[in-house]
Amino acid sequence: MNSLGTAGRQDAPLLELKGISKRFTGVRALDGVDLDVRAGELHVLFGENGAGKSTLINVISGSFPPDEGTFRFGGEEIHDLTPHRARAIGISPVFQEFSLVPSLSVEDNLFLGREIAAGGVLNARRMRKRARTLIDELGFDLDPSRRVDDLSRAHQQMTEIAKALLGRVRLLILDEPTASLTERETGRLFELIVKLKTEGVGLIYVSHRMREIRALADRVTVLRDGRHIRTLDAASASDGDLVELMTGRKIDVLFPAIPHAPGAVTLDVENLTTADGAVQGVNFHARAGEITGIAGLVGCGKSELVRAIYGIDAIVDGMVRLHGHSVEQSGPRESLRRGVAYFPANRVAEGLALSRPIRENSSMTALDLDRFARLGFLRPRAERRAISVVMERLKLRPPDIERNAGALSGGNRQKVMLGRALTRDLQVFLFDEPSVGIDVGAKVEVYEFMKHLVETGAAVVVVSSELPEVLALSNRLYVMHQGRIAAELSGDDKTEQNVLASFFQDHGREAA
Amino acid sequence: MSSAVAAYPRLERHPGFGLLGRLGILPALLLAVVIGMSAADPHFYGPINILNILRNTAFLTIVAFGQSLVIIGGGFDLSVGAIVALASVVAAKAMAGLGASVPGQDATIIAGGVAAGLGCGLAAGIVNGLCVAKLRVTGFVVTLGTMSAVTGLGLMLTNGIPVYGMPDSFVKGFGRAQLLGLPTAVYAALLILALMIFVQRRTLFGRYNYAIGGNVEAAVVSGVSIGWHVIAAYAVSGLLAAATGLLLTAQVGSGQASFGGDRMMLQSIAAAVIGGVSLRGGVGRVEIVAISALFLSILSNAVNLLHIDSRIQPIILGLIMVVAVALDEASRRRKARV
Repeated sequence: MNSLGTAGRQDAPLLELKGISKRFTGVRALDGVDLDVRAGELHVLFGENGAGKSTLINVISGSFPPDEGTFRFGGEEIHDLTPHRARAIGISPVFQEFSLVPSLSVEDNLFLGREIAAGGVLNARRMRKRARTLIDELGFDLDPSRRVDDLSRAHQQMTEIAKALLGRVRLLILDEPTASLTERETGRLFELIVKLKTEGVGLIYVSHRMREIRALADRVTVLRDGRHIRTLDAASASDGDLVELMTGRKIDVLFPAIPHAPGAVTLDVENLTTADGAVQGVNFHARAGEITGIAGLVGCGKSELVRAIYGIDAIVDGMVRLHGHSVEQSGPRESLRRGVAYFPANRVAEGLALSRPIRENSSMTALDLDRFARLGFLRPRAERRAISVVMERLKLRPPDIERNAGALSGGNRQKVMLGRALTRDLQVFLFDEPSVGIDVGAKVEVYEFMKHLVETGAAVVVVSSELPEVLALSNRLYVMHQGRIAAELSGDDKTEQNVLASFFQDHGREAA
Repeated sequence: MSSAVAAYPRLERHPGFGLLGRLGILPALLLAVVIGMSAADPHFYGPINILNILRNTAFLTIVAFGQSLVIIGGGFDLSVGAIVALASVVAAKAMAGLGASVPGQDATIIAGGVAAGLGCGLAAGIVNGLCVAKLRVTGFVVTLGTMSAVTGLGLMLTNGIPVYGMPDSFVKGFGRAQLLGLPTAVYAALLILALMIFVQRRTLFGRYNYAIGGNVEAAVVSGVSIGWHVIAAYAVSGLLAAATGLLLTAQVGSGQASFGGDRMMLQSIAAAVIGGVSLRGGVGRVEIVAISALFLSILSNAVNLLHIDSRIQPIILGLIMVVAVALDEASRRRKARV
């Protein structure tokens, strides 16, 4: 009788989604996705950026109502889920984009939306006690009275996790939770996950890290382009299977063969140090006709390096030389005039004016040229013609340059950015995380674009956290670690093992 | 250095953002004006002038509290000055009318007048809040509209002529009365200050007000209902503006459509901003806003005593406001580096 009951409970999944679809203006983010999560199971969502993982998580946590499909939780059909109700029934999400209020303290954030209060008056003492108990239980090194915007990213992540675990949790959603945690904190989190599993909590876990998937996962669901591809047992699936399912093709097809023909040194950086200390004494150069890669973990200073070269981050020491002549750091405008272009990682925050059309966004970096404006007067016809040609070359689909940038998919947004490269004469291209947030098809086109740039003799610098990407694209590869160059690899030395080894080597040296 | 330590190496480097940090340059400015004025003009520390300063501070603080609440919640209230005037006119008219129909019953007359005055402020605030929360119009535009409408209403009711006919007990017994040497308006402001401190620190409404202004997305995801708390902030702002209107009416002895106005609105924003309320929302404390209102009142008083051209006053106020916001931004940027 008893065992029957247990079996019955295990058969009915904790969460059961059938045919979930979600459409945003112009983009079909989810298309008939099925997912089931059992109590006490860790279910990994696996897929590329833009595959629909985030949208699915947002549907499950009540932030986006689905357009179609059924949603069952704990055996009951759920309609009109809100974030508030999701928390009340035990669905607790830990978002990658933090759901914290920066101007409030850690404990204020923990209790946000479910404060302990009587008649609208807060009971600060009980909340403080509860917060301390929870943080001690989790073993986090976190001061509950500190303001969230004073915390490091790792501590903010811990706050987010603690917030999700306050109260009764039946389904915990973790979106790349280890991205900003140290080894030790990651270890604590894994212990916690094991404990939660034995307590019968279901977990949805989003990660790209194979090691974590191997260590934790019971089952893996692969998503691609908003569709459910397959759900498999973690034990029986190989890494190769998963990657192939995720990309829909063999990985080596993704990267074009780039005919590097290294020429003269175009960009040369000597002993560069930035004002915020993110880059310290870096020497590095990029030649015409090749792709120079910069690899490193998040926060190692690789983005700051190219930003400093472009003139966004302030330099306090060192020298930047273009074509052998040293240049004063002045700012993006001057850099563009000298033929240096930068493509930011965050295209929404730093790249595009979302409420303006593609045409204006693409010509924005070239309006100082006579071709686009004379004596301060715009030349609309010339602009339209020039941008049409550029977008045709970039295969913008649909080829309407008057659409607002905000209505575009990630891939098309990146094309609008690339369009800027073709509106003026440039020799140095600095790409910061060029493939973040775009689908596989668009990635291939971005890589093809880089190949074309190299063929025309440009110097291309690619900064990326995705190791396979920089390994495959670059002719020479720098590895950065804690603000410094840890290694320069080329030819046969340019392997994943060597890149990873240079991190550890560096660790060893510092520890010694 | 091990990697575990390297992940948060800047923890210890924080300067103590204690009370001094939050007050910023305000105490220094306040002290400078007080010392400078005491030296320049002995009238400055005369009892009559001090009472005058305190009374003006009281009026300004009460309006600035409401304004601060709205700004902390990520909004803006341009209509406060107009509401001060409307509440004054409506309360005076109501009392004059009631005085004619039930002569002698001062308690009824005053209660009716106060209710009418506060009621129209509350109503204007709720309209502001509803438009912001439900129609999704920005607070700036909504309150710009109500400012214009409410000003017009006040002028229509009075044709610009002061309204007399209030009971003596309201004017002499309340508005011009003093308790332990201080005007009643000062006690009203202190009472409201205490209430507001409690609301900000100890109530759900206060907490959600910070959260909504700090990061509205995070508040939604955390299950905070946004609409009602936005409406409540504007309602409180309208109510407090009306309360100021009543206090001014009781002190002057007549209802006037010229009370408050653009000057009061601008000063309330200045007091909030100089008092550390961030226009980005989510940050600010009423007790510091009160100090900043005191500073602004002393400054106006000083400029008057020194016989500086009244046209220069707004220039000085404008300069100080921009400097205060620039300092606020500078400290924010310094913190963002961390």
